[in-house]
Amino acid sequence: MAQPQRQQLAQLFRGFLAQESVVDAPTSLAAYECDGLSAYRQTPLLVLLPETIEQVQRIVSLCNERGLPIVSRGAGTSLSGGALPHPDGIVLSLAKMNRIYKIDVLSRTAIVDPGVRNLAVSEAAEPFGLYYAPDPSSQIVCSIGGNVAENAGGVHCLKYGLTLHNIIGLKLVISNGELLSIDQSSMQSQGYDLLALVIGSEGMLGVVVEVTLKLLPIPEYARVVMAVFDSVEKAGDSVANIIAEGIIPAGIEMMDNLAIRAAEDFVHAGYPVEAEAILICELDGTAEEVGSQITRVEAVFKASGATETRLAKDEEEGLLFWSGRKAAFPAVGRLSPDYYCIDGTIPRKTLGTVLREIRRLSEQYNLRIANVFHAGDGNLHPLILYDANIPGELEKTEQLGSKILQFCIEQGGTITGEHGVGVEKLGEMCIQFSDQERNQFHAIREAFDPKCIFNPGKAIPTLARCAEHNAMHVHDGKLPFPELERL
Amino acid sequence: MPYSIPDINLELELQQRVTQALANGTALAIAGGGSKSFYGQPIEGEPLELGLHTGIIDYDPAELVITLRAGCKLADVEALLAENNQMLGFEPLHLGKNSTIGGVVASGLAGPRRAWAGGVREFILGAKIISGRGEIMNFGGRVIKNVAGFDVSRLMVGAHGTLGVILEVSLRLIPCFETELTLGFEHSSSQEHIGWINALSSKPIPLSASLWHTGRSTIRLSGSHQGVASAARQLGGEKEQDIWPGLRQQKHEFFTAEGTILRLSLPQTCEKFLSEEIEMIEWGGALRWMRGDSDLQALRQAAEKLNGSVCVYRGAGVDTEVFQPIGKPMMRLHRSLKSSFDPAGILNPGRLYPGL
Repeated sequence: MAQPQRQQLAQLFRGFLAQESVVDAPTSLAAYECDGLSAYRQTPLLVLLPETIEQVQRIVSLCNERGLPIVSRGAGTSLSGGALPHPDGIVLSLAKMNRIYKIDVLSRTAIVDPGVRNLAVSEAAEPFGLYYAPDPSSQIVCSIGGNVAENAGGVHCLKYGLTLHNIIGLKLVISNGELLSIDQSSMQSQGYDLLALVIGSEGMLGVVVEVTLKLLPIPEYARVVMAVFDSVEKAGDSVANIIAEGIIPAGIEMMDNLAIRAAEDFVHAGYPVEAEAILICELDGTAEEVGSQITRVEAVFKASGATETRLAKDEEEGLLFWSGRKAAFPAVGRLSPDYYCIDGTIPRKTLGTVLREIRRLSEQYNLRIANVFHAGDGNLHPLILYDANIPGELEKTEQLGSKILQFCIEQGGTITGEHGVGVEKLGEMCIQFSDQERNQFHAIREAFDPKCIFNPGKAIPTLARCAEHNAMHVHDGKLPFPELERL
Repeated sequence: MPYSIPDINLELELQQRVTQALANGTALAIAGGGSKSFYGQPIEGEPLELGLHTGIIDYDPAELVITLRAGCKLADVEALLAENNQMLGFEPLHLGKNSTIGGVVASGLAGPRRAWAGGVREFILGAKIISGRGEIMNFGGRVIKNVAGFDVSRLMVGAHGTLGVILEVSLRLIPCFETELTLGFEHSSSQEHIGWINALSSKPIPLSASLWHTGRSTIRLSGSHQGVASAARQLGGEKEQDIWPGLRQQKHEFFTAEGTILRLSLPQTCEKFLSEEIEMIEWGGALRWMRGDSDLQALRQAAEKLNGSVCVYRGAGVDTEVFQPIGKPMMRLHRSLKSSFDPAGILNPGRLYPGL
């Protein structure tokens, strides 16, 4: 987009936004050119930082009239390029809308702006004995609006659910500038369940401008136990055995040998570096409940072939056990100049098969892979280690990632458990869904946004793109993705 | 309990019926077991029976997920799950022995555990449907975490069949609790109950159901032996019979008596809403029942101000809108969504709202 046009538009938005809320200087725009998937970069036409719902409505109406793409952005931590700018569009940053309006103790709810940080909600609720359950690993920085867009998860999903299960209302600005209020605080959807449709829609149906969150009582008591295994299969089976016992842990996470070593080097959590797999299992509830469950869980681990179980003696040691898992991504990052995070979900019983295939692919592509795994809900995060400075290695990494995701689909799983499709997994969407299903997605989107101004080019690939993608796969499974357009 | 779930796949026949209806411009009235046929706007249409489309597609208890055909009888499915010490966490209503899984999803009616465990929407993971274009499509999946594509399977919950014929669903399961205990407390007014149950809900107590009726609050605790016993010591109250299966069947005289029944949905903490007229309160305050021929429009306006709604659950007059009307912008969006799934308007037209 030419500079004069940029300035002209900036002028238009400065008519109702503060001077500093309209970012048009190329140096400042650079800060918005990518999100957590930094391999993709694009300078937007403008960045706007509205402070009120009315301002958002006005921006959306003006963009809709002009057919100007809008990419909404929270904290920019998306791992799938969901907030990657459009070259001819604006980035709508919700960062300035960051107030917590109300924490209602009796109804256990919080009403917040979309730009509020995830962790800030729990911090504000803590004095009342309440917290907000979804805890994606980026929770220190990621925003509630972004969590809604991606239906963010975290390590406690098995027991406490995803963002979807913890949001009871929101306000959405749709493409004609109208403000819709979708409220299920009465536990009854009025008409269609639009709340479910908007959550996880990757910013393609509208702009979320206010969110009502469900808060939960802070569990009275929690204990953490670590179990050590000499094979990942045994570790996987033990998770199934715990569930068969009728126990739902608050969190149960698995790490493989490479991830264990990396984490231990980084945080010194006392992990056994020779182990093939460890499980970190947290149980919470009342002291009595946890006490009775912990004994059973330890027994199941032993019966499932754990070489050792360690019960954290206190909260401090429990946090230490967790610290390695929570730092797994940066820890793995220290092993290699770059890493690429995959987000497939599989039926738990296929874990052994999938990990064997990942090992095979790792050898085939000659790229190391560390595995961390939300073991309770089947969400796998293989981290592929690579070096972007070696020509062709990013492309090779992406091919390998795509192979892993295709294998997840074959095993009855899905290409993304919690990171979203964004720009990253458009090719795999062509495999997971049929033409008719993808057409249905487009039709839903057009019901909200006929001109497709919201986040165009993301999440749902066009039929043309899939025709090209699938044709390439039929001819030669090894053909690289980079020849395809990425927007 | 003995049960049988025959493996009968009528998918192609059902698809053909939809394609035919589309060609002829005939409306279809989708039916499962007919146990909830009273719930919703009465419609005319050629019946499309799903009750014989049955079978378990996939059930491995360790995965905590079941995938099954829509015609499976709820009672049979629950018997199968009970054998494996599992259950449907949303504790659906049991309004008749023919009640089907498809009907449970389409109506979206959860039972006593709703306020603590979640509703049907919280437990559906995937759905296979026939759209109004006669296309068979799959959305969501069989895994708990899945964000690929829009969440179409959840959109089917409570849509009363107006967006698609549900062929199959995948549902998340929960293990049965080690023990459950029902306790009773005297609370003469509904207001008193609402304050009490909400205060209780903000504490880490293993609550799983609540009811207020004729001056008495009844709650259920679910969990481990030790956890439930400890909560019971803390709460006091009198031990009561397990009233919840009966509540799920709505065999209580409040439901069996003649006359119109209104189902009010309100935020849990609304204390003063028609406290004299409300006869029964469930879901920690969110679900309230009353009888009534009161001024429906005024009632709906008052509920709307509180983000609530009023449904004429049973006994709606011919000209009465069963569900609370939605505003114009919302209705516009609903129409666009409906036509994205069912452009010719042949699937249960008018069942949810006139013209939808």
